[in-house]
Amino acid sequence: MSTLAPPLPETASAPVAWDAVREKFPAGSIIPQEGLDQPTWIVRREVLLDLARELRDNPATQFDLMLDLCGVDFPDRAPRFDAVYHLYSVPNAKRLRLKVPVGEDQPLPSLIPVWKAANWFERELYDMFGLQVTGHPNLRRILCHEGFQGYPLRKDYDAARRWILTEDKIYQPHFDLPAGADDMFERMTVNIGPSHPAMHGTFRLMAVLDGETIVASDVEIGYLHRCFEKMSETHNWQQVIPYTDRLNYCSSFINNVGYCRTVEQLLKVEVPPRAVWARTILSEFSRIMDHCVCNGSTLVDAGALSNFWYFFQPREEIYGLLESCCGARLTVSYGRIGGLSQDLPPDFMERSRRLLEIIPPFIEDVEKLIDKNRIWQDRTVGIAALSGEEAVNWGWTGPCLRASGVAYDVRRAHPYDLYDTVDWEVPVLYGGDVYDRYRIRMLEIRQSLKIIRQLLDRGMPEGPFITDDPHVALPPKEACYNQMEAMIYHFKLIMDGIQVPAGEVYSMVEGANGELGFYTISDGSSRPYRIKVRPPCFPIFSAFSRLINGGSLSDAIVSLGGLNVIAGELER
Amino acid sequence: MALKVLEDKDTSKIIGESWVTARFEDLEDWAQRNSFWPFPFGTACCAIEFMSTLSSHYDVARFGSEVVRFSPRQSDVLLVAGTINDKMAPVLKKIYDQMADPKWVISMGACACSGGFYRAYHVMQGIDEIIPVDVYVPGCPPTPEGLMYGILQLKERVSRDRKKHRALVARAAGQAQEEISDRVDARPASA
Repeated sequence: MSTLAPPLPETASAPVAWDAVREKFPAGSIIPQEGLDQPTWIVRREVLLDLARELRDNPATQFDLMLDLCGVDFPDRAPRFDAVYHLYSVPNAKRLRLKVPVGEDQPLPSLIPVWKAANWFERELYDMFGLQVTGHPNLRRILCHEGFQGYPLRKDYDAARRWILTEDKIYQPHFDLPAGADDMFERMTVNIGPSHPAMHGTFRLMAVLDGETIVASDVEIGYLHRCFEKMSETHNWQQVIPYTDRLNYCSSFINNVGYCRTVEQLLKVEVPPRAVWARTILSEFSRIMDHCVCNGSTLVDAGALSNFWYFFQPREEIYGLLESCCGARLTVSYGRIGGLSQDLPPDFMERSRRLLEIIPPFIEDVEKLIDKNRIWQDRTVGIAALSGEEAVNWGWTGPCLRASGVAYDVRRAHPYDLYDTVDWEVPVLYGGDVYDRYRIRMLEIRQSLKIIRQLLDRGMPEGPFITDDPHVALPPKEACYNQMEAMIYHFKLIMDGIQVPAGEVYSMVEGANGELGFYTISDGSSRPYRIKVRPPCFPIFSAFSRLINGGSLSDAIVSLGGLNVIAGELER
Repeated sequence: MALKVLEDKDTSKIIGESWVTARFEDLEDWAQRNSFWPFPFGTACCAIEFMSTLSSHYDVARFGSEVVRFSPRQSDVLLVAGTINDKMAPVLKKIYDQMADPKWVISMGACACSGGFYRAYHVMQGIDEIIPVDVYVPGCPPTPEGLMYGILQLKERVSRDRKKHRALVARAAGQAQEEISDRVDARPASA
């Protein structure tokens, strides 16, 4: 069996040019770790801040994007924790992982001066592992509530141990603002959310207003933190798939693919062409769905309700396709490690082709209504704009970054599945404002349709829909009933689950709102040792205060939707 | 045809022929159960499915509950769609408390009903830990059909509730009357 999408090279070592960077630091403070999926350096915490600055500014490395920061707990090791940084260089398209071993009482330096994206990631590290960060301006819990005690992602924390939040502990913000001498108006602090339609149900914005202008703001999240990472450590590899559905629930199939690809890389299992083909098509349909709901809700926030109905009809049609594939509409769980959960329906081709005819008229209707609409333009052009350079520094990826003029798309920079075999473009706009974030999604819907059309024209590949490796996928039912060996494999898989060899891998797909990465560590058992999702909207939303400060309150409302912040993924 | 009839007849006559007799309470029940104003407390995946229910394909307006209101003061059904965690719990409680009586609660989806498959350190194991629930809609997320069935169930529940409520009020009033008359009877003759 051959695969159309080769797994990434087994090991990757750092380019020689990077050695010059490494040699600037004292011997022994940076040790490369060989044999992993991407270049990895083990770094002592004393040199971390200087190294980060050097990595960002040195022309040989140019790591301008901090993708992720996560902790890993090794209770039997001293020092006990690893802080793992994932860096990306947009100009060089290279990746680097930094591992910083730290103990409970050894503080890390804050990397906010180098990458602004570090702000929320460091708070999360503190929240989940109790690791201290020196120089952080606001190191407090971010996902768990204020009444929480202990650090949930430590291995010795019981997954079901809850703490109740009482009224008196609810976070009240304090803004240290210089008293303005020429202020005409009294300043007022407004609390919006978490249960407020403009905050999409789960975000809380606290803003200090001077008249209509926001002079300072603070964002509180965590109202949908449902412990994905802890849950994945208490379930076996295959059981994690339904949890991934509920990360970005607007395009759940892409999450399935992202997670399955990660585990497939660890297992080095090949996915049959039919499954790869279906995965690519359904990922693109999911992307269309996601963009529909994102643009639809942005327009609702701006008062243009009718577009929301226009956008929901194509969504409804795509639900129909997904339902015919796997029986579920929204949270599909259709991906499986090694392929798909079941074969495509016999009418898959006709249904998909029909969708290609149905979707464009709805998109065109909205474009006709909105693109040149005076009210929409007045409210969005130039609002909440961010330059490309700054967006990269904030850790942005996906459509929001491409609306700021940076053409980074995982499907193009690091092609997976069938994306390098089809003809498509990465749309880029340069305004970086709410209007361009809306436009870029409309353009991407067109590109997705283009990709799907080419793949459909190519025809559905014959063959199985899941790998025939009996250590990964269940044997066919007839074989289980009639063959001793197949029955044993079935029994072992059901009772013990998939045994994934020890190792670690970071694998990414282009989610609907940016790079969706899964950093997975296996200790060789039937359960993941650690899964860290790199949520695309986490760094995007961390820049929200930066976007809205100085603007009016109504601008803040209209700019939230276009960021496509999905709470399930933001807070996991 | 209808117009013709109107032309033929004098309006007062038509009104005269269109009398419907009903008890005021029944009319009130009918209005209440056919016109819900839900407060969509949507947090997660279920909220997306609730949007589907609301939009043109499923069109929950057919069951008279499309007037979503984001103010607890203006709504009579609290529709909890999505996972409620311990950080959100005080918010949900406060909103329920702010709603005016009579009020009902629909718990949509496995998470709101029981915590779903999140048996975890930050997730409430069902909203009935803090507020009373009238209708539980299972599913992860429930299909729009499922939610609509839940709304229909709530309709029945409402008329039942109101009858029960009236009976209680009547009994309480009766008791109060008895008490008053008892007190009047027990009053000393001199007063």
